[in-house]
Amino acid sequence: MWLDSVAGLGRGVLTALERLGRAHLLLLAILLGVGEVLRRPRLLWEQIYNIGVLSLLIVGVSGLFVGMVLGLQGYYVLSQFGAEQSLGVMVAASLVRELGPVVTALLVAGRAGSALTAEIGLMKATEQLSGLEMMAVDPVRRILTPRFLGGLVAMPMLAAIFSAVGVLGGYFVGVGLLGIDDGAYWSQMRAKIDFEEDVVNGVVKSLVFGVFVTWIALFQGHDTVPTSEGVSRSTTRSVVHSALVVLGLDFVLTALMFGD
Amino acid sequence: MGKRRNVELMVGTFMALGLIALFFLAMHVSNLSLVTGGEGYLLNARFANVGSLKVRSPVTMAGVRIGRVESVRFDKATYEAVVSMRIDAEIDSIPEDTFANIFTSGLLGEQYIGLEPGGSPDYLRDGEEIANTQSALVLEQMIGQFLFKKAGESG
Repeated sequence: MWLDSVAGLGRGVLTALERLGRAHLLLLAILLGVGEVLRRPRLLWEQIYNIGVLSLLIVGVSGLFVGMVLGLQGYYVLSQFGAEQSLGVMVAASLVRELGPVVTALLVAGRAGSALTAEIGLMKATEQLSGLEMMAVDPVRRILTPRFLGGLVAMPMLAAIFSAVGVLGGYFVGVGLLGIDDGAYWSQMRAKIDFEEDVVNGVVKSLVFGVFVTWIALFQGHDTVPTSEGVSRSTTRSVVHSALVVLGLDFVLTALMFGD
Repeated sequence: MGKRRNVELMVGTFMALGLIALFFLAMHVSNLSLVTGGEGYLLNARFANVGSLKVRSPVTMAGVRIGRVESVRFDKATYEAVVSMRIDAEIDSIPEDTFANIFTSGLLGEQYIGLEPGGSPDYLRDGEEIANTQSALVLEQMIGQFLFKKAGESG
């Protein structure tokens, strides 16, 4: 009886490891196709359009509101210490270091990652991927690699736009609404935010998130059970796994970059 | 053809927006200035106590930033802190008898080095040491001295 439960545990671990192995093999296959895609950049433009341009609206609007809320809340805390002048530092540091990369990655996972999984999953369910293979076209290189690279390029751009719009949102609330000095907002920000320490690390973070979000989305689509139920499950899993991985990785990256 | 051109246009706009945002973050939000790095020359100064002076803290003269702290080390022979500062190359006329103080900006602000020029006709060169220094004021020490003095007056 108890042997059964031990065997069940073993089976679970083996399935998970097998899945992880397939995911890495897929990543390898995707990376092997990079050269080919770079020779046909049109494939890449289309995916940057799908992942980047179409996510621009939600990322911009979210950035604006996150920045404005940071302005309001930051003012509330900082004014208790008479340090409202530092509002710019607070808004910019939290956006550039954390919220920009993380919230953008979560939004992209929801907006573009789910679409990628559903698209690839449906291609598999309707045997379009096998069809390509029949025509001697490698579906991984033709379909998956451009999407992977598109996500990789779009993510840091979107995160930078998110942070920049957020800083402006904080400016509208702080300077326009709450009456903080215009010069203090920018000069304190500039004095305290370091280019390498803060901005570059933020970009590195969003690059890493870009790799993982698109990788998970593509793998879930490629590995789906080819039924309508399977595709719907994969899409859910794609968003949930991406969100968990992004939040977990963010802790690790923050500890590595800023925790000394 | 028209649709393809539209996609290219949109992607181009998107990439331009992203780069503008990055540029904005670099130039307006952070302290990146294009004339940094190995420019300028090094001056050293010894302090009995540097307080919370850090690498990249500003070095100012007459309130204007003319350089940054490059490193803060501890000299185990003299039990002093050795601070080396990188001074901008165009500020090449700092007199030899210049006084280096560690100040605090505001009551709880960060610490920086303030240089007060002396009257010597000789200027400091790369790698030379500022002889006249005053340590950071540590708030606890000041309060302690104040209380001690008050107690002495009333007794």
